[in-house]
Amino acid sequence: MTYETLTVDIDSDGIALVTIDVPGKPMNVWDDALMAEFPKFVDELNSNDDIKGAVIASGKKSGFLAGADLNMLGSSEAQTMKEAFDMAWGLNATLRRMETGGHSAKDLIKGKAHAKPVACALEGLALGGGLELALACHYRVCADSPKIQLGCPEVQVGLLPGGGGTQRIPRLTGLQAGGMMVMTGQPTNPKGALAQGLVNEVVPAGTTIEKAKAWVKANPKTAAPWDKKGFKFPGGAGSMDPRAVPLYMGSSAIALKQSKGNYEAVKAILSCLYEGSMLPMDTALRVESKYFTKLLSGPQSKNMIRTLFINKQAADKGAARPEGVPASDIKTVGVLGAGLMGSGITHVTAKGGMNVIVLDRNMEEAQKAIDYSQKIVDKGVKRGKMSQEKADAFMARITPTDNYEDLKNVDLIIEAVFERPDVKADVIKKTEAVIGKDIVFASNTSTLPITGLAKNSERPDQFIGMHFFSPVEKMPLLEIIPGDETGDKALAVALDYNSKIRKTPIVVKDVRGFYTNRVFPPYANEAMLMVAEGVNPALIENAAVAMGMPIGPLAIVDETTLQLGYDIMTSTKEEMGDAYVSSGTEDLMELMVKKIDRRGRRFGGGFYEYSDDGSKKLWPGLSEHFPLAEEQPDVEEVKQRLMYIQLIATAQCFHEGVVSDPQSADLGAIFGWGFAPWTGGPMSHIDTIGVDNFVRTADNMAQKYGERFKPPMSFREKADAGESFYKAA
Amino acid sequence: MTEAYIYDAVRSPRGKGRSDGSLHEVTALDLAAQVLGSVNDRNGLEGHEVEDVAFGCVSPVGEQGAVISRSAVLKAGYSETTSAIQVNRFCGSGLEAVNIAAAKVKAGETDLAVGGGIESMSRVPMGSDGMGGMADPTLVFQEYFIPQGISADLIATKYGYSRDDVDAYAVESQKRAAKAWDEKRFAKSILPIRDVIGEVLLDHDELMRPETDMQSLGALNPAFQGMGEQMPGFNDVAILKHPDVEKMNHVHHAGNSSGIVDGSAAVLLGNELAGEKYGLKPRARIVSMAAIGSEPTIMLTGPEFAAKKALERAGMDKSDIDVWELNEAFAAVVLRFMEAMDVDHSDMNVNGGAIAMGHPLGATGAMILGTVLDELERSNKQTALSTLCIGGGMGIATIIERVN
Repeated sequence: MTYETLTVDIDSDGIALVTIDVPGKPMNVWDDALMAEFPKFVDELNSNDDIKGAVIASGKKSGFLAGADLNMLGSSEAQTMKEAFDMAWGLNATLRRMETGGHSAKDLIKGKAHAKPVACALEGLALGGGLELALACHYRVCADSPKIQLGCPEVQVGLLPGGGGTQRIPRLTGLQAGGMMVMTGQPTNPKGALAQGLVNEVVPAGTTIEKAKAWVKANPKTAAPWDKKGFKFPGGAGSMDPRAVPLYMGSSAIALKQSKGNYEAVKAILSCLYEGSMLPMDTALRVESKYFTKLLSGPQSKNMIRTLFINKQAADKGAARPEGVPASDIKTVGVLGAGLMGSGITHVTAKGGMNVIVLDRNMEEAQKAIDYSQKIVDKGVKRGKMSQEKADAFMARITPTDNYEDLKNVDLIIEAVFERPDVKADVIKKTEAVIGKDIVFASNTSTLPITGLAKNSERPDQFIGMHFFSPVEKMPLLEIIPGDETGDKALAVALDYNSKIRKTPIVVKDVRGFYTNRVFPPYANEAMLMVAEGVNPALIENAAVAMGMPIGPLAIVDETTLQLGYDIMTSTKEEMGDAYVSSGTEDLMELMVKKIDRRGRRFGGGFYEYSDDGSKKLWPGLSEHFPLAEEQPDVEEVKQRLMYIQLIATAQCFHEGVVSDPQSADLGAIFGWGFAPWTGGPMSHIDTIGVDNFVRTADNMAQKYGERFKPPMSFREKADAGESFYKAA
Repeated sequence: MTEAYIYDAVRSPRGKGRSDGSLHEVTALDLAAQVLGSVNDRNGLEGHEVEDVAFGCVSPVGEQGAVISRSAVLKAGYSETTSAIQVNRFCGSGLEAVNIAAAKVKAGETDLAVGGGIESMSRVPMGSDGMGGMADPTLVFQEYFIPQGISADLIATKYGYSRDDVDAYAVESQKRAAKAWDEKRFAKSILPIRDVIGEVLLDHDELMRPETDMQSLGALNPAFQGMGEQMPGFNDVAILKHPDVEKMNHVHHAGNSSGIVDGSAAVLLGNELAGEKYGLKPRARIVSMAAIGSEPTIMLTGPEFAAKKALERAGMDKSDIDVWELNEAFAAVVLRFMEAMDVDHSDMNVNGGAIAMGHPLGATGAMILGTVLDELERSNKQTALSTLCIGGGMGIATIIERVN
């Protein structure tokens, strides 16, 4: 037979070398074509007497096989659960047929039948369905390279390894190691896989096929370990095994602790491990496919795949880049200001392989950027993550200066000086005096409108905003803000730069606070309002964490400081005069900042008190000033307020065009302020709730809690039209 | 409805539930059989009179498996016509078995029955039967199950019981138990357990530490802090269900929690007719019984609700109860009950409890019912309520009244 996605070469020993090379894809994936053809190959393998065994390899340099094509999974058209199951079962059943040679497990165990030996030659990464294909082979040979990733990352997009991964991995490694692998999605390398029993041999690169063939030749009759008599689950399994029971209990507790019960995939994987480990392989695989079907049919995996994989990848690759602008070649970046932000920007720029000239008012200040990076780089060396040589080269890319003349030859300017218009105006003038006429000037700011700043520039079309988040080297988002006069080239250069520092970029409109700082403050505000109402602060913090926020809102306010909130409130009041709309927390701010000196962590404490050992607890004095209400709200009510205040603020931004597409709104929320990732982002979540339901609930909440919960008009229209924001909600 | 009377109550002493415990060499079957046999001996019964035996057992596997009560009935020399059932309601099993026996009498199914329990924790360790559905992730994620020790610490945290509070309770339990033994208050009900050559192996509760004081307890580390705070981190699970709690306060340890012991107990129950027929004198009647389910994460607050239900069923007020007996699974369980029910400590567990003497899981409920009956007679009082907290979030209670 001939195939499109793979070739089969039978050698003189009758061993078929199966080379998978899915056409039109940079990497092998389980796409529709391979899914259609691989079962045919398995039939040929099992039925053709000329084939004595097989070795499966990849025809691509990029690796063995990188899993399922998520675009295909995301667009599953199954109408019923049963149809979805039949599709999910397809791959599992095929791999099982290869493993058993088409015989029954009973015959294999009794030795009445044998499978034809199939080995796998792994010269590169095998992830998800790629690793699962390898695991369904009887023998795995892997090239000796620490860079090869072997793992099942499905959980990270709301799915489980549905090609036998939840069953074969723990049967090879034991429940503990295997369970961790599929629950966290963290990959291992060949040495780790060998130690765990996931692969059988690690050999020099380029020799895997030869070794795999040798094994096939030497083992003409075989069966998987679990299809042989006397198979014992390594480390024990089953509800009566005193080694396994604590593992089942413990892993559920760990998973609950980490997922807060929000991730359906984590739960489903645990059930596959628990139920599957008590079943024979054929039934266990069916159960796995059923849990996979449930996940694939639910909203969570669709939302997570769309935002965390498809849309993130598209944004990272520069989807927002204007067409027709030639690619820029950014070799050297001038960073203005060596404060916390400037130093962070310097660091990520150098990390992106670019040279940095970092300028501050004197050498002592400029040197701070060097110290900042040196500290991080030294840590990397100490932990063995970076060689001394690379560390030295890294640091050599950074040049501190106090002389504007040194900026003469840079390819891009990123300004990160103090957030005051006059200070910014001054450096803009001084810099533009020395840099090339066509050099883009980017201003890092979280509060000042770009169009206003651009007025200080002689080339406003080359002036753009970049909002980095702190700490820059850790925070994954970059807000890019074109001003009124910003041209396509500036936007293209900003995105080109971003692709080198590998952040997730979103392009947002030039309004006060841009996008993320429009949504986050109302959220923090809502938490403080509840404190003022007498809601138990622990309940507020725990509710936020339970719904998937990384830390409680009061804890974040402590970090960003109440002082900052107070300052912003005061300046906004001044600026807006009579038009100022009360947030309801003015009195609380006044009290905390001005009267009782609870200004935030940096000032010795805020909502929390902090111990020297790094621990913190809610400040007991809080209840003196905000006595706990006799009747406390249900946690679901607290969650709803904290969730909807973010949804409404996001909706408002979308309504006003601050973010022009739901994708950016979702990415910005998850990667900007840590919005619950299991939702796929606020816009995905609104779709999941149903726009009409969302509008109705928000209206009810507006009646109960105040106008701030009123949904914007365009959302009402959307609800009336019965539409969703994404096509396939 | 027919009244169910208590004609007798007997229990074994409690042996340390370890391989060096005095009862470790006694099979679970023999321990149960000696206690069941004594019911006949003490009451001049031949063996055919008791029609049914309900026995609690929390780990009914291995040598305690296969309906241990039927095996014990046969070994104890009951007539082959005496049937038997094994009951599991976790820590409430012993009292549940008594209630089942009483219910059979009340319903007219049986004239004379035994309710009791057996747990040889040294021979069949806790958890030997697996964790059943409580290990199933689908349910753990739905209900936020945590181990009992964490639940006990959660009670202490939520209701503000300090380490000193729970330790002080434990010291008092030891004191009361020691005094009760010194004054031979249990003498009427203790059956010394004998070995294969007929020598007495144990005639007293051997776990007691009468010398216990605040200082000696203070030296003990909290037992559940590690599993709560680090691996696997049950505190976070507890807080997901109880988000009003900021941080767990770990106060329980071996010294203020019930001890692991071997033991068995039996209560003889019957209708009036049976008493007349066999010449038995009723000591008390079963006034009411109740079993309830409660919030399963905090798990151990059920006695309050079980007690209230039993009182309501009896048309009684808590002031009608003279003596209270609540199994001392953990000190905070009793502190919470006394606070919620407004019961004075002087009326609660007057002769100590499981913190001092141990908690043989399947037998305890029957044991404390016998203890409280002895106490009513000793102090010449009328009514008592016995209750236990139960795994998975349940509670059980029985009210008895002396018959003069």
